[in-house]
Amino acid sequence: MKILVPVKRVIDYNVKPRVKADGSGVDLANVKMSMNPFDEIAVEEAIRLKEAGKAEEIVAVSIGPAKAQETLRTALAMGADRAILVETDDEVEPLAVAKILKAIAAEEQPGLIMLGKQAIDDDSNQTGQMLAALMERPQGTFANTVEVDGDSVTVKREVDGGLETVKLTMPAIVTTDLRLNEPRYASLPNIMKAKKKPLDTKTSADYGVDTARRLTTTNVSEPPVRQAGEKVADVDALVAKIKALGIA
Amino acid sequence: MKTLVLVEHDNASVKDATLATVTAAAAIGDVDLLVAGSNARGAAEEAAKIAGTGKVLLADDAAYEHQLAENVAPLVVGLMADYDAFVAPATTTGKNIAPRVAALLDVMQISDIMSVEGDRTFTRPIYAGNAIATVQSSDDKLVLTVRGTAFDKAEAEGGSATIEEVSGKGDSGLSQFVSQELAESERPELTSAGIIVSGGRALKDAETFEQYITPLADKLGAGIGASRAAVDAGYVPNDYQVGQTGKIVAPDVYFAIGISGAIQHLAGMKDSKTIIAINKDEDAPIFQVADIGLVGDLFKILPELTEKL
Ligand SMILES: Cc1cc2nc3c(=O)[nH]c(=O)nc-3n(CC(O)[C@H](O)[C@H](O)COP(=O)(O)OP(=O)(O)OC[C@H]3O[C@@H](n4cnc5c(N)ncnc54)[C@H](O)[C@@H]3O)c2cc1C
Ligand SMILES: Cc1cc2nc3c(=O)[nH]c(=O)nc-3n(C[C@H](O)[C@H](O)[C@H](O)COP(=O)(O)OP(=O)(O)OC[C@H]3O[C@@H](n4cnc5c(N)ncnc54)[C@H](O)[C@@H]3O)c2cc1C
Repeated sequence: MKILVPVKRVIDYNVKPRVKADGSGVDLANVKMSMNPFDEIAVEEAIRLKEAGKAEEIVAVSIGPAKAQETLRTALAMGADRAILVETDDEVEPLAVAKILKAIAAEEQPGLIMLGKQAIDDDSNQTGQMLAALMERPQGTFANTVEVDGDSVTVKREVDGGLETVKLTMPAIVTTDLRLNEPRYASLPNIMKAKKKPLDTKTSADYGVDTARRLTTTNVSEPPVRQAGEKVADVDALVAKIKALGIA
Repeated sequence: MKTLVLVEHDNASVKDATLATVTAAAAIGDVDLLVAGSNARGAAEEAAKIAGTGKVLLADDAAYEHQLAENVAPLVVGLMADYDAFVAPATTTGKNIAPRVAALLDVMQISDIMSVEGDRTFTRPIYAGNAIATVQSSDDKLVLTVRGTAFDKAEAEGGSATIEEVSGKGDSGLSQFVSQELAESERPELTSAGIIVSGGRALKDAETFEQYITPLADKLGAGIGASRAAVDAGYVPNDYQVGQTGKIVAPDVYFAIGISGAIQHLAGMKDSKTIIAINKDEDAPIFQVADIGLVGDLFKILPELTEKL
């Protein structure tokens, strides 16, 4: 079985995003960029499935600027076998990303496609579900545990009330949640080796996908800033404050 | 515009998240409700009482019992011929189903809307709520998920919508429900609790979390939340996580205890009316958003606080 892992290059999660003064977006110039953390979890899970003998090949895919190569090299250094970059300088919406991934899946015929549940920049939480819909395949979103058995995959999902387990017929789409695993760091020798692994570069036109936007962002602004309040001296003062709120 | 709202329910009754979603949909146009479930007449009857709605569509089929997206999405798509917008709560159920509907309709979904600015224009948070984008759709139909804390709840009583039975294709044969482990708790649900007491990594382990956080929460009749660090370390189950990638809450009072205040955590609670922080580090970022702060050791402070309240 082959596993396809779409990975997105996003602002590093440790960076506090700054909104541009003209309201056109978030300032990404000279900001540290990394692989979306949920995608690291997806790559890790794919590697573990391969190590367990459940998968033979892992293909990482990214849709983004030339620099997204770095993100793909990270996936290769972690343990993916080869990579595909669909190069574009446009901001491609989840629906178009899903259409491109569908076309790639048609070529690659993966048994599993493992995505992050959300990208931490746009926080859409859509791409995996859209891809599953377009491919008419099942989806195991917000995965906490993934078990592959023959031609089915059992996914324990993190849901609002607790956990839910579903069984999906493969090919299937899985999106990762935080507790699925702890991604490994790439070792230096593996980073060196990753430089020699194959990385193909394509364009969205190669897949015949129209990436024209459906949504227009007319403005991006800072949320209202919360002011720090006061610090109280001791528990008695805190008790008085809490009582003043009328909750005790 | 005609909107169809996905009702969040457990077949017997309607979940609170539905109410804010109805308010958001009403700001766009007329509101009909969809209850997709199995033996779900109870939920449909409750939904019919929500104020300001037209009719309730009830799709009652064993295939919809657990609201598997593979089965529910085609049902919704079939119904959307009569509607301009599909509106779902941004719960795990809504997030699972809505994008599947959007893709089948060839529409770009707008996730997590916080306000309705016009017919096809909405605001939504990006970058963990560090920026608010105003987004306009050019699609024929709209597919939206709604951030519950951003809209008032519609009245749960007072409406008298008619219930109309509808049907879809039923089981897609793609997926199967196996089991669920739902937390049984007498506590208020996090997303609708008036008071939340949340604990972080500082609470050490499950036993200590229980020993220090629970008595305070009991005293206040509060819901219990946690940081990701506390959930990852196994102090509490995953559904306690508050934050960018957990639950978004906005209670009247939020207690952050032994939580540093990482942006991912703040994303989930900074719209709370009053934030109270207890942390031994006076420079912890949580104090930058807290209305009331107390610097000190929570293991000394909490027992005394619980006792004195
Ligand atoms: C300030 C700002 C303004 C923007 N304005 C617009 C705009 O006007 N119009 C517009 O269309 N978009 C706009 N974008 C958003 C944009 O390009 C998003 O990247 C896009 O909508 C994808 O959303 P997401 O990554 O949150 O998807 P999600 O559905 O949250 O992503 C889930 C998963 O899908 C996979 N995935 C997603 N994208 C990719 C990718 N490119 N390559 C490989 N895998 C991927 C990953 O596995 C990821 O974990 C804007 C973004 C910002 C920050
Ligand atoms: C992709 C991604 C998504 C994430 N999503 C979320 C999310 O949804 N929600 C979330 O919460 N986090 C999330 N995080 C994690 C986040 O970045 C932080 O790591 C996390 O919130 C830290 O939890 P904490 O505050 O409990 O722990 P820490 O940051 O370790 O803070 C512990 C605090 O306790 C204080 N303390 C220690 N001992 C005592 C004592 N005896 N008395 C009083 N105070 C004490 C310390 O001073 C410190 O401030 C996410 C991270 C990533 C990468």
